[in-house]
Amino acid sequence: MKYYDKLVFELSQKGRIGYSLPVNRFPSAPELPVELSREASLDLPEVSEVDVVRHYTNLSQMNFGVDTGFYPLGSCTMKYNPKVNEEVAALPGFTGLHPLMHAGLTKGALKVYQDMNKFLAAITGMDSFTFDPCAGAHGELTGLMIMRQYHMNRGDLARTKVIVPDSAHGTNPASAAVCGLEIVEVKSLENGRVDVEALKPLLDETIAGMMMTNPNTLGLFETQIREITELVHAAGGLMYYDGANMNPMMGVVRPGDMGFDIMHLNLHKTFSTPHGGGGPGSGPVGVAAHLVDCLPEIRVSGFHGNFGVILRAYAYILMLGRQNLKKVGQYSVLSANYIKECLKDAYKLPIEGVCKHEFVFDGLINDGAHDDVHGATTLDVAKRLLDFGFHAPTIYFPLLFHQALMIEPTETESKETIDAFIDVMHKIAAEAAEDPRILQEAPHGTPIKRPDETAAARNPILKFKDAR
Amino acid sequence: MAGFSYIPHTDADIRAMLDRIGVGKVEDLYADVPKEFLKKGPYALPDAMSEGEVRQWLGSLADMNPRMKVFVGAGAYDHYTPSVIPYITSRSEFLTAYTPYQCEISQGTLRYIFEYQSMVCELTGMDISNASLYDGPTAAAEAMKMTVACTKKKTRVLLSKGLLPNVIAVVETYAKFHGVEIGYVPVMNGQTCPNCLRAELAKGDVAGVIVPEINRFGIIEDHAGFADAIHEAKALLVEYCDPSTLAVIKSPAEWGADISVGDGQSLGVPLCYGGPYVGFMGVKKDYMRKMPGRIVGQTTDKDGKRAFVLTLQAREQHIKREKATSNICSNESLMALWVTVYLSLMGPEGLREVNRLSYDGAHYLKDELLKTGQFEDPFPGKPFLKEFVLKPAKHPGLVQNALEKAGFFAALETEEGYVSFCVTEKRTKEEIDALVKTVKEG
Repeated sequence: MKYYDKLVFELSQKGRIGYSLPVNRFPSAPELPVELSREASLDLPEVSEVDVVRHYTNLSQMNFGVDTGFYPLGSCTMKYNPKVNEEVAALPGFTGLHPLMHAGLTKGALKVYQDMNKFLAAITGMDSFTFDPCAGAHGELTGLMIMRQYHMNRGDLARTKVIVPDSAHGTNPASAAVCGLEIVEVKSLENGRVDVEALKPLLDETIAGMMMTNPNTLGLFETQIREITELVHAAGGLMYYDGANMNPMMGVVRPGDMGFDIMHLNLHKTFSTPHGGGGPGSGPVGVAAHLVDCLPEIRVSGFHGNFGVILRAYAYILMLGRQNLKKVGQYSVLSANYIKECLKDAYKLPIEGVCKHEFVFDGLINDGAHDDVHGATTLDVAKRLLDFGFHAPTIYFPLLFHQALMIEPTETESKETIDAFIDVMHKIAAEAAEDPRILQEAPHGTPIKRPDETAAARNPILKFKDAR
Repeated sequence: MAGFSYIPHTDADIRAMLDRIGVGKVEDLYADVPKEFLKKGPYALPDAMSEGEVRQWLGSLADMNPRMKVFVGAGAYDHYTPSVIPYITSRSEFLTAYTPYQCEISQGTLRYIFEYQSMVCELTGMDISNASLYDGPTAAAEAMKMTVACTKKKTRVLLSKGLLPNVIAVVETYAKFHGVEIGYVPVMNGQTCPNCLRAELAKGDVAGVIVPEINRFGIIEDHAGFADAIHEAKALLVEYCDPSTLAVIKSPAEWGADISVGDGQSLGVPLCYGGPYVGFMGVKKDYMRKMPGRIVGQTTDKDGKRAFVLTLQAREQHIKREKATSNICSNESLMALWVTVYLSLMGPEGLREVNRLSYDGAHYLKDELLKTGQFEDPFPGKPFLKEFVLKPAKHPGLVQNALEKAGFFAALETEEGYVSFCVTEKRTKEEIDALVKTVKEG
């Protein structure tokens, strides 16, 4: 990657254009009233087409994606994004559809939604899905609205609390707060699972439900899930499944069968659609049969959700078919366990045993600290990995460990790629033991070195004109 | 074992990995799952297709949707998409990246988000923007929550009835669960009624007011005096706008807005049956720390080079959990790139030209339709840009059907029984003449 220092505004030359529009053949309508017209200047860049293309091509070359290399970012399921998905999502018969067209003009699009509803129900064991949510957190919010609506419909208005494990994704409590729910945290045991004994006293008539992801954010299967769902249901609550960790369950276990009432899926994780540098995603929400009535009362996006993303996931499921579904779950788990076993001699594994699609180390076993030299941290390991052409794992999450390093390889990586990653992780551990400063000064070979984040927050420069 | 192109594991790989782990078979990796939960029997899914079969099947579905000339807006606008945009946004370095957590290898994403924020601020005149929200209606819902967070202890938010129905519906849904009471300001004579607004404000407890710059009848509203009245009531003014039109009509800042929101779809994003689109938000500096979503800021690296990072993260869910300003995590980053490339190509002149073509085309269509004698103008003399409504002599459904048969998606019925039309720069004079001819013959 080479450093390129322009912003598009800095390429601007007055009078230069990058657009091509038809000649105006209409009679000239009377001018807009002055009191409604813009008076302020409009300082958008004035750039030629070739300059725009080169600028963004240069920017792209400072970016790392799944197509660039291995991206073991825990909890994000950075699997390969198939190219045929892009091709079919760009078909003019889909991209040209206005969202307010009636069913007679959108038969092909509606078929996609109908099939997807059936496919996702089959994969998850839920009854039916809404496709309106545009991301995972949006799905969580929608699911929690459904949970509250269910209780409201029954006149059970006192249920305003939701139980969230301390290992949960940050979006869980945040979504609950947006939905007007109070959060009750339940602790994890030493073995990383929800403490069922600690859960019991929390269950009363104010509990709307409980949010869980299974496997949890440590990549561990919640073995007492049956007891948990029975307890929550007996207390009158509903079970919510955070589908961020659905990948290892593909073709093996269905959330509906585990007793979950509501769930979301991240099509941009489990179903191979590209993350786009932070979206667009799609977070369809599935419900069990007794909650289907609540779906039409919840309107969370402008039209029909992110149709273009749903199309890509549809193509992916058609490629998988019933024959390949199980391979997704199984090989994501196989690869994660393989990495864990190969690296636990150099990185602290706080909880032994089989993991699912991901696992969490708690930093280096030997961080190289001695005398007045500080040891290398998880951040330092992450930054050093960048020098070797790998994306870093998720760091400092979950919050249960101080030096969390969360690794998720997905099923789409070959053993050679994984072995190369393992070698580098060993090499970094050896460097740390010898001289942690190599890690602390990393990355060395990236377009920029570590930035001054404190200055960025203290003196915010958030647009081009702020910088001048 | 039949191979599958997205999964590289060979039998030998699987054996070697299992041996290293110390288990006999892949199923043993699920030994901790209670047996009752292991799915028995096949999944109700179709047989796997080859890539060619997928391409053919999706092609046949796309062909089931007739190709129409779009003369409807109502929150989704058929503007022209320059060829450069999909070419750039499909570069896999952008497309296949995650949220830019590792800034040293994400300067591409971080730079275009910074450019995007700069452009949103330029169009709206606001001080601060974020990295994007899901769509226009959810951006309005975030603004609704934000006005409550910024004006402590107030619980009511007012919505103009001139907002698009889907904006109202989404804000109502969020408000219901967030514990915010919604009040309404009616539309009188084609415009959010100023006297009704003052009356609602006088009732007290108003945190914010959301009004459309261009309302659902296509009329450009006059918001003179709105900001003063709203600020006097210690509430915030939220302007909902179509960013494409801000090149020519008054910006939210010029109306005195505290927050501006809307959908960036009109900036060259394809209709695509409603998504992915891109919600945007611009706010005054005072409200920076109450903003939802990712924000990119400029700084330097340790060698002094200009660098860009995610900043002000103490507002966000991964740090603050339930105390975050919003739950938003993934947003619409790639669509923000889409919009950024669009605005880079169009520049100020191109965007003004798009509006001129749409404006002249829409006025031509309206004049020609009125000349047919089959419509009345419910709002004569009211200023509009690219959208307008007419009151048809016939049943609105009949007008729409006749046009549909001739290949036009037009004359969308409103709740008042009007029909709405929209003209963008993609609509030619020939198309408009053909549409009018169909009306005459119908």
